[in-house]
Amino acid sequence: MRIELVKRPERSKLFAALSPFIALGLTLIAGAIMFSLLGKSPVEALYYYFIDPLREVWSLHELAVKAAPLILIAVGLSICYLSNNWNIGAEGQFIIGAITGSILPVMFPDFQSWIVLPLMLLMGVAGGAAYGAIPAYLKVRFNTNEILTSLMLVYVAQLFLDWMVRGPWRNPAGMNFPETRTFSPSAVLPEIWSASGRANWGFVFAIVAAVALWFMLSRTLRGFEVQVLGQSPRAGKFAGFSQSRMVFFAFLVSGGLAGLAGISEVSGAIGQLRPTISPGYGFAAIIVAFLGRLNPLGIIAAGLVLALSYLGGEAAQISIGVSDKVVRAFQGMLLFFVLACDTLILYRIRFVGASAAKTVEARQNV
Amino acid sequence: MFEDILITIATAATPLLIAAVGEVVVERSGVLNLGVEGMMVMGAVTGFGVALTTGSPWLGVVAAIIVGMLFSLLFGFLTLTLVTNQVATGLALTLLGLGLSGMLGEGFVGLPGIKMSYLHIPYLTDVPYIGRLFFGQDPLFYVSILLTAGVAWFLFRSRAGLTLRSIGDNHTSAHALGIKVIGIRYLAVMFGGACAGLAGAYLSLIYTPQWIENMTAGRGWIALALVVFASWRPWRVLAGAYLFGAVSIGQLHAQALGVGVPSQLLSSLPYLATVVVLVLISRNRRLTMVNTPASLGRPFVPDR
Amino acid sequence: MDTTPLANGRNLLEVRGLTKVFGTLKACDQVDLTIAKGEIHALLGENGAGKSTLVKMLFGSLEPNAGEIAWNGQPVRITSPGVAKKLGIGMVFQHFSLFEALTAAENIALSLADDTPISTIAAKARALSYSYGLPLDPDSLVGDLSVGERQRIEIIRCLLQTPDLIILDEPTSVLTPQEADKLFETLERLRAEGKSILYISHRLDEVRRLCDSATIMRHGKVVGHCNPRVETPSSLARMMVGTEVKNAERTTASVRGEELLSICGMSRKPAGPFSMPLKNIWLSVAGGEVIGIAGVAGNGQGELFEAISGEALQESADAVRIRGKSAGRMGISARRLLGAAFVPEERLGHGAAPRLRLSDNLLLSRHSTDGKAFVGTGGMVKSGAIQKAAQRIIEVMDVRKSAPDPEAAALSGGNLQKFIIGRELDRNPSVMVVNQPTWGVDAGAAARIRQALIELARNGSAVLVISQDLDELFEISDAIAVMHNGELSKPIPIAEATLERIGLLMGGAEPGHLDPAKEVA
Repeated sequence: MRIELVKRPERSKLFAALSPFIALGLTLIAGAIMFSLLGKSPVEALYYYFIDPLREVWSLHELAVKAAPLILIAVGLSICYLSNNWNIGAEGQFIIGAITGSILPVMFPDFQSWIVLPLMLLMGVAGGAAYGAIPAYLKVRFNTNEILTSLMLVYVAQLFLDWMVRGPWRNPAGMNFPETRTFSPSAVLPEIWSASGRANWGFVFAIVAAVALWFMLSRTLRGFEVQVLGQSPRAGKFAGFSQSRMVFFAFLVSGGLAGLAGISEVSGAIGQLRPTISPGYGFAAIIVAFLGRLNPLGIIAAGLVLALSYLGGEAAQISIGVSDKVVRAFQGMLLFFVLACDTLILYRIRFVGASAAKTVEARQNV
Repeated sequence: MFEDILITIATAATPLLIAAVGEVVVERSGVLNLGVEGMMVMGAVTGFGVALTTGSPWLGVVAAIIVGMLFSLLFGFLTLTLVTNQVATGLALTLLGLGLSGMLGEGFVGLPGIKMSYLHIPYLTDVPYIGRLFFGQDPLFYVSILLTAGVAWFLFRSRAGLTLRSIGDNHTSAHALGIKVIGIRYLAVMFGGACAGLAGAYLSLIYTPQWIENMTAGRGWIALALVVFASWRPWRVLAGAYLFGAVSIGQLHAQALGVGVPSQLLSSLPYLATVVVLVLISRNRRLTMVNTPASLGRPFVPDR
Repeated sequence: MDTTPLANGRNLLEVRGLTKVFGTLKACDQVDLTIAKGEIHALLGENGAGKSTLVKMLFGSLEPNAGEIAWNGQPVRITSPGVAKKLGIGMVFQHFSLFEALTAAENIALSLADDTPISTIAAKARALSYSYGLPLDPDSLVGDLSVGERQRIEIIRCLLQTPDLIILDEPTSVLTPQEADKLFETLERLRAEGKSILYISHRLDEVRRLCDSATIMRHGKVVGHCNPRVETPSSLARMMVGTEVKNAERTTASVRGEELLSICGMSRKPAGPFSMPLKNIWLSVAGGEVIGIAGVAGNGQGELFEAISGEALQESADAVRIRGKSAGRMGISARRLLGAAFVPEERLGHGAAPRLRLSDNLLLSRHSTDGKAFVGTGGMVKSGAIQKAAQRIIEVMDVRKSAPDPEAAALSGGNLQKFIIGRELDRNPSVMVVNQPTWGVDAGAAARIRQALIELARNGSAVLVISQDLDELFEISDAIAVMHNGELSKPIPIAEATLERIGLLMGGAEPGHLDPAKEVA
């Protein structure tokens, strides 16, 4: 038996809507099998992963805390991937945004005013965007592959952060721990509704960014430009759109949003810089972007799903003793299934039985 | 002393070389597999685990090769049969590999590993200055050199290699001539996976005989950069791998000597060097365009 | 099966009821075909009639859904090109199946099954190519060769397999008339050697001259067999198209209007490793006239189009002037705003984005030209107005489609081309530049497009048509210039233009603009 693809005359709207759900379903099945192999009850494990974290209000807040950076980064990445710019260095842009955004509270802890926070956010955006501009510049100016450069810069950013918190920015009163001083209250991103949980304004930023980019993509000429240049660059050139400007646009937007995510995370959820400030948000956001089918509104939902898997990972570790490392395997599988299911949007899949082909042969060889 | 440095450079270069030479074959067939890092880290955890349980590093190597191949088959099924986007699928392979290896290797963290023994040929290895360099290294070092020579011969001297290159140049023409595009690409992708698995085993059995999560530390990506740097030619990959080996060993020595530059910044040198080298090589657009396999990364769905 | 009806000793190939279905389209429907030994058999039909599908099945590249094939009287199943080659079927593809990054000899080696060393193959190919008068350097990179030379590789590659049946798919579409003559000599010699040839074409003259018998296809079906030597071009055309096809009606330009497009000493370095430089090109197109640019594919026409459209900028602003304004440094949108419109050769992926709907494809070339009609303040796209305009174009140009607003890729070539041309005509441009207006388009749509271009010129616009189809250029142009090797000849007024003269220029015999004898003040 072999598998053949038959091109659909038009992309299937049905499967465009269904494919993320099919992928999720398949991931759950694969996950259940994996848990059985680990000797855990699959039902119990999946319960702790995907239901338990949703049962209490405070943990819904935690969900928002985890989802905010994922959504912010992923909507930026969607602009990149739609326009065929492969920025996979969002993790680095996140870190640099966190560092530049922290300049004020770390270096000028005595400067306390209402303006500190907006300045921090702006500087975070600027830092992330500037870091994203490096692969963009190299791509436009020297034709350098942006996938490799943006990824290499992740390692550089991680090492740079490590040096900062162990070296120049180490908390003078911190007993030699590798961390900066804790931010003063005026430099902390406030909680949305502190009476019930920890969710901070980062989640609001994420929703606003997603809605704004959705509007841009679906209703404006700039969004049209993103689509055309991504799908067929020559047609884009024929339309008079500039490929180089689009490269910068995509990297600046996604870098800026990753930077915003970085400073929001540090200022809202952590309160200081540490050697590790992200459990791989920049990479998980790639999965979020594809699970949301590169549509900013879909990405909000996808971001919540991935955030849930992080929370579920913690819950499952505590309650049934499954390692939290399982989460990343889970996320990797999810992306695989998403990509495989997307094939159904453009193609019908036909299984050609070997037996059928043989009968034809037999008849003709008489 | 000088001989020691050369040998350590070879140790740093060999895993890059093995993975990159495998990827040269994959990309020459027109497929871009960005999942090298993922296949490599799976090879590393498998090699370590199997060597530890069986006590034989060679079984570890064989298992790593098999796992690398199986992992690449997953990539092949998606990109070749289901025609998914190769860039995104390669990323997925890397993320899956890093996640799975972290999970599988959790029990191995902190355990002492099994180191593959170095070659020792009486008299030859003991020749002063050059003996150990040529006759006293780890066995996989020699494998890597033979592999490079073999791939170079295959690609540019054999008929099968010509067929593989033709697919990378124009898969539609190849299909029209009756060349089995998808089948050959599967083989190429599996070869790349086997090499990446082997390179991973090198890390966990020879380079640092232990298991650390994410121990590939971007080497799979550097291998991908080397392929571009080498304009898809095996011997140039070897030159590039040793250049990178020299940079990473150089920064380690600089750290040990305490040159007054923070260690983190020295550690970032190999990554920065990758960026610089990529810029230098891709500046010449004409050169890159002539050398890049024209079908690289393009989806292929045959008419039937 | 001892009394198979297919068995017939004289016939090399017999095909009965061959059918191929793509989705809902029957590309080949119950096709019968018989080729005798030692004959040149024509397969005639319009673009999209199913000729290429049929030969791909004969060569094993496509699998038929039904039908039988007999070779030398024996039923066979051709499951792959390898099987076809073993039987003795060779193929010269229309869109060559060559590899640009490999040498000619390596290209040939790839289609030979055995392990003969490349050097032996090169020597054989060289000898064979000279003996047939098709000289070829086996060590040259295919990417560096002209289209005609590439075809030689295909032919030599095919002959080296010593086939009994050679299939040629539209072989003269890339040749100058003189090169085509040379090819006919080769084919006649092959026939004399006892080989059979299946010759696919939609050019009636050459079929009448060369072929012994003909099978005619229309809409996937065989609609007739005939001896082309006793038919007239018009009787053949009628069988091919089904109805009479009118040539575009042309009234000669009355007065030459003012100059609307001029190209002054344009040069361009090669853009890629295998592309053509442009060398000192001069041309002027006035309102009311259609200027045609002839030439064999790959002589710089695409590069010239990009330079005129502004997809590639010039070094000097004066290299291109549109309605008197220096536009050489302007991008394509600015040139459109001066009143120019452009239709590129490649429909899918250049003139239209395949996965965008027709209405979105309207926006592609008109987002900046129509004031605020389609894009409002703040870059807001006015989808209502765009839909309406797209509908208008669809009606005017008679674009046939299956859905209200389908993706561009879902349309047939002819219908998409009508939409793309209509999209530009809808603006009433004063300068229109079209590359290959009817390439791969069925006869009805082609006639519609040519008529529209002539009407545009008669209404005072300047029209520049780049085409490889000489019949088309002779039908619509007021003057024809020829591109060869990145150079452009002086335009020859249609009254003085002959097929032979244009053909010589296409072969590079006579760079017209350097010839002082033909200098017109």
